[in-house]
Amino acid sequence: MPKMDLTVNGTTHAIEADPDMPLLYALRDDLGLNNPHFGCGLAQCGACTVWLDGQPTRSCITPLSAVGNAKITTLAGLGTPEKPHPIQAAYVEEQVPQCGYCINGWLMTAAAFLRDKKKPTEAEIKEALTGLKCRCGTHISILKAVKRAAEMMG
Amino acid sequence: MTKHESKISFTRRAALLGGGALVVSIGAPMTLDRVLEIGQAHAQGAKPPLTPDQLSSYLAVNADGTISAYFGKMDMGHGLHVAIGQIVAEELDAPFKAVKVIMGDTASSVNQGGASGSTGVQFGGKQMRVAAAEARRVLVDMAARHLAMPADQLLVKDGVVSAKGDTAKRVPYAELVGGRYFNVQLDWNKQYGNPLYAPGKAQPKKPSEHTVVGQPIKREDVAPKVFAQQDFVTDIKVPGMMHGRMIRPAVAGATPVKVDESSIKDIPGAKVVWDKGFLGVVADKEWNAIKAAQQLKVAWSQTQAPFPDQTKLFEHIRNAPVRKRAVEQQNGNVDEAFKNAAKVIEAEYEWPFQSHASMGPACALVEIKDGQITCWSGTQKSHFVQQGLAATLNVPAESVRVIWTPGPGSYGRNDADDAAMDAAVLAKAVGRPVRVQYMRDQGTGWDPKGPASIHKARAALDASGKLIGYEFVSKAFSRVDVDTNGSKPYDTLAGQTLGVALKSGDGFGTPAESYAIDNKRLSWETIPPLLDRASPLRTSHLRDPVGPQIHFASESFIDEVAAAVNVDPIAFRLRHATDPRDIAVIKAAAEKANWQTRPSPRRDQSGSKLSGRGIAYAQRSGTRVAVIAEVDVDRSSGKIWARKFTVAHDCGQIINPDGLVKCVEGNIVQGVSRTLWEEVTFDRNTVTSIDWISYPILDITETPAKVNVVLINHPEIAPSGAGEPSIRPVAAAIGNAIFDATGVRIRRVPFSPERVKEALSS
Repeated sequence: MPKMDLTVNGTTHAIEADPDMPLLYALRDDLGLNNPHFGCGLAQCGACTVWLDGQPTRSCITPLSAVGNAKITTLAGLGTPEKPHPIQAAYVEEQVPQCGYCINGWLMTAAAFLRDKKKPTEAEIKEALTGLKCRCGTHISILKAVKRAAEMMG
Repeated sequence: MTKHESKISFTRRAALLGGGALVVSIGAPMTLDRVLEIGQAHAQGAKPPLTPDQLSSYLAVNADGTISAYFGKMDMGHGLHVAIGQIVAEELDAPFKAVKVIMGDTASSVNQGGASGSTGVQFGGKQMRVAAAEARRVLVDMAARHLAMPADQLLVKDGVVSAKGDTAKRVPYAELVGGRYFNVQLDWNKQYGNPLYAPGKAQPKKPSEHTVVGQPIKREDVAPKVFAQQDFVTDIKVPGMMHGRMIRPAVAGATPVKVDESSIKDIPGAKVVWDKGFLGVVADKEWNAIKAAQQLKVAWSQTQAPFPDQTKLFEHIRNAPVRKRAVEQQNGNVDEAFKNAAKVIEAEYEWPFQSHASMGPACALVEIKDGQITCWSGTQKSHFVQQGLAATLNVPAESVRVIWTPGPGSYGRNDADDAAMDAAVLAKAVGRPVRVQYMRDQGTGWDPKGPASIHKARAALDASGKLIGYEFVSKAFSRVDVDTNGSKPYDTLAGQTLGVALKSGDGFGTPAESYAIDNKRLSWETIPPLLDRASPLRTSHLRDPVGPQIHFASESFIDEVAAAVNVDPIAFRLRHATDPRDIAVIKAAAEKANWQTRPSPRRDQSGSKLSGRGIAYAQRSGTRVAVIAEVDVDRSSGKIWARKFTVAHDCGQIINPDGLVKCVEGNIVQGVSRTLWEEVTFDRNTVTSIDWISYPILDITETPAKVNVVLINHPEIAPSGAGEPSIRPVAAAIGNAIFDATGVRIRRVPFSPERVKEALSS
């Protein structure tokens, strides 16, 4: 089994894995990081989203062979209760969850969008988040939280 | 990585069961004799049996002063545990933050029915309320003896009992009983599940005394979710665990006749588990299990294509034999009224199969160790899964523990209980713990479906236009073709594929409203399932089980009658609704939405963009909801934007208004999704809607711009449910708004762009 290094949230881990295996399983099963979730395995829902060099990426269809030396950021790397990312703080403030299984995808996608786009309009926010799925129907709170985070990020 | 060991319930119980002795700290003024004397009355070190007639089955005061509330229901995302914590804190006069609600672990809670029928507060909260009230009574009694004062001279604040007028005389709950179990008998009604009720001698507080109930307390479990600190069932791991995947036939009903194990021999550790129709694979690594499931060569039995052509679905329902018929409401002489009618209006409505399509496919982990079975499951009903596992593995239920762990979304009887049974069969076969997570195509393709239905309504009007007769009949697949829980093997895919004799149940429902019509009949008919074994179109409960389809039809039809007599839709409803709380929600919604009284349709618009408004209302197990939808219709594309909703909601006493608003918002948005987009597709062989492309749901770009929720609080009326009622009128409100905008009535859900465009052009 080929060996490779994965740099996740600033720490480098050595793993042995099938290069065809999607990154999601390396993160969840080999490294025990539960932040990205399996939702579809088809890049249709976003629950597995992580950043590769800052870019939101669907880890469920990204083979390890395509990761290379990219620095991986997961939800745990976005912020902590002590130093939350604004989108995390806004999610708590707006009390977004129903079941919470989809949260990872929305946060990782919204955080990258808000980093690159200051003072977005509502239409721009919706466009940036289109395609992500939430089955419980928390969309109204999600939009409130992203707008709140956008304001916090100036 | 045994992450579950950090769970409060696990460690606490383990410590207590292990020690089995007093863990209460004995304060200086108390002698050991004194502690034992009090303890013999109300508390003891050894745990009483976990039965519904014991106070200890619901509540414990821990040595650190925190209070554990053991709840036999669980939260599916609405924040139910907050409401339960409020109820317990209220009755105990304890700080809200001191109360930890531990949900759905069969080792620490009794069977209160699980997440079921929006009864978390209605029945679950009712029981926790009386248990907490009794605990307070007992604690005050103990404090009276401890302080040598009469009980009526004591007050309780923040979990501390003190003398009225002399707060120096005080004793905290923890000092009285902390760390030991209550030894108090309750008056149990001998029922399990939702009806379970076991009060003590104490009366709960009057609503006017409430200070915690009714407050908008926030959820503490949001932060762990957004900081990736909370485990879902998908995250649980135990030592030696294998990963399992199931293999389903391409033609529903087919069974494996030949399985070529050599086809996966290049995959490390991959093994086949095959018994009759049950076929799965396991491997040490998850990715290897996935690959093995894809790669395994299987020859399947030749079987007749089980399903009709999808275009013939409603024709099939119309022509199918009726298996059970029930008239649920009848008054007057309906047939006579129609004979005498000056005018008869008739319409028929159709609702497709819909999928739970939970955010992630179901997952469960089963460990069999030293004769003990432990299952981690996202099920809505862990106590029933305990029974199902016992039956499937042929062991006593006492040997099985099911630890409910939040799953990837649940809106009824989804695929969670099937996953638990599949994991158990695999774990038994390979002698190691097995974690099963279905793949997306199985989650959407093979979950139990919300039943497809047709609904016929007719109204008899006299010469003056008065509604003198009304008949409504649904003909549908059963809501309980497979039951609402996995307690019986014949209701699960594992049981069905292993050949357990089947027992398809019958049930549907009728409109829940208070329209007084002299001659009225509401009834339903169920038809047999399309395939009697391991069917991807087996039907069961999907949020508000049959409410959305029934009320889509009944509340669309009332609108049709109102339009036929040229009366405003709200005025027409108010002419017939008789229940004062029904009338109040309709009026509250109308007022908040600034409803302009006029008949529908509006007929004053031209061009390709039209807008309209529509109302629908319904009752549900004591709750009343009126929904006004304001929609935009793009006539050229057929696309609907359900732009604004006004919801008036009355569920009696409100426990947590902010939580309730969130709960309603989720119902509305999911209701829009199901109305505009959702339809299970299938061919002659199997279900073909198997992912988010083939089973689309509402996208963020289609989110309503505004959902205004008017909460009507009745502190004096015992709370009814909120988890489902507000999805019930959504489809009809949207359909009525489309009619208002366009003058076209669409009688089949979903209102997809193609269907709307076609309807508008014909």
